[in-house]
Amino acid sequence: MDAKTGLFYLFAAVLLFAAFRVITARNPVYAALYLVLAFFQASAIWLLLRAEFLAITLVLVYVGAVMVLFLFVVMMLDINVEGLREGFWKHFPLAAGVGALIALEMAAVLMGGFRLTSPKTLSAIQGPETSNTLELGKLLYSQYLYPLEIAAVILLVAIIAAIALTLRTRKDSKYVNPADQVRVKARDRVRIVQMPVTRQAEPAAEPAAPAAETKA
Amino acid sequence: MTLTLGHFLSLGAMLFALSVIGIFLNRKNLIVLLMCVELMLLAVNMNFVAFSYFLGDMHGQVFVFFILTVAAAESAIGLALLVLLFRNKSNINVDELNALKG
Repeated sequence: MDAKTGLFYLFAAVLLFAAFRVITARNPVYAALYLVLAFFQASAIWLLLRAEFLAITLVLVYVGAVMVLFLFVVMMLDINVEGLREGFWKHFPLAAGVGALIALEMAAVLMGGFRLTSPKTLSAIQGPETSNTLELGKLLYSQYLYPLEIAAVILLVAIIAAIALTLRTRKDSKYVNPADQVRVKARDRVRIVQMPVTRQAEPAAEPAAPAAETKA
Repeated sequence: MTLTLGHFLSLGAMLFALSVIGIFLNRKNLIVLLMCVELMLLAVNMNFVAFSYFLGDMHGQVFVFFILTVAAAESAIGLALLVLLFRNKSNINVDELNALKG
């Protein structure tokens, strides 16, 4: 058992533990943090498989962006944690049954074959002198150029959808419709009132005699 | 004892099974459901990377790249929907999402 195998078992054990804690954590914040740990371990395993670019991308995109988004949302929403936990053990037999079924099916498939021990020698993956990023880039920008652009459009759609869904119009902002402003006429603003040019003076009021007396 | 493809496939299978169990267990918590979906995608990506390494084929890694893109978009829109849901119903209980039921 060489060092690489030992590292694989270490990362796999921590990854499975973190995944277990994600699905059983009482607080969603802890679940998100354990998911971060799981992504880090998966990234380390991908490094063992010499997929350096994807390992770094997993850390940057998932831990750096997606999980921060998760944490923001978890902390922004005022969630009743205890209310969400009820029914947890009620569903446990069904969940255990489905999990065991999946595990048995996967074991049946995996027992049958997949005894590949040594990776095929390919310059793209093997060897320290070739760059994984370079090979991936060559494929992405030549053979997969069209799907790459579709992926970019998907990201754009995600941006627009996320903004459009959560945008709220503020009620306290002094917003004026520019079209209404341009189309305004003078009569919308000024009201001309007909009234006589001169007006008869009112008769002079009585002097406030009692007030003057008390003052004197 | 060297690493075989079966090691990585077993790890991916266990991860996938754990996230399926998580989806069944956390039936009320929409946030943990989204996290379980992310874990499932991670398990699938693990299989892709393992096959790419053991078969000497870079196309698997390209697929992982696209899956990462779609997963990021999915979680962004999912969380936006979650915020909208919480604003309108004041909870994120999956059982109460029955407004479309006739």
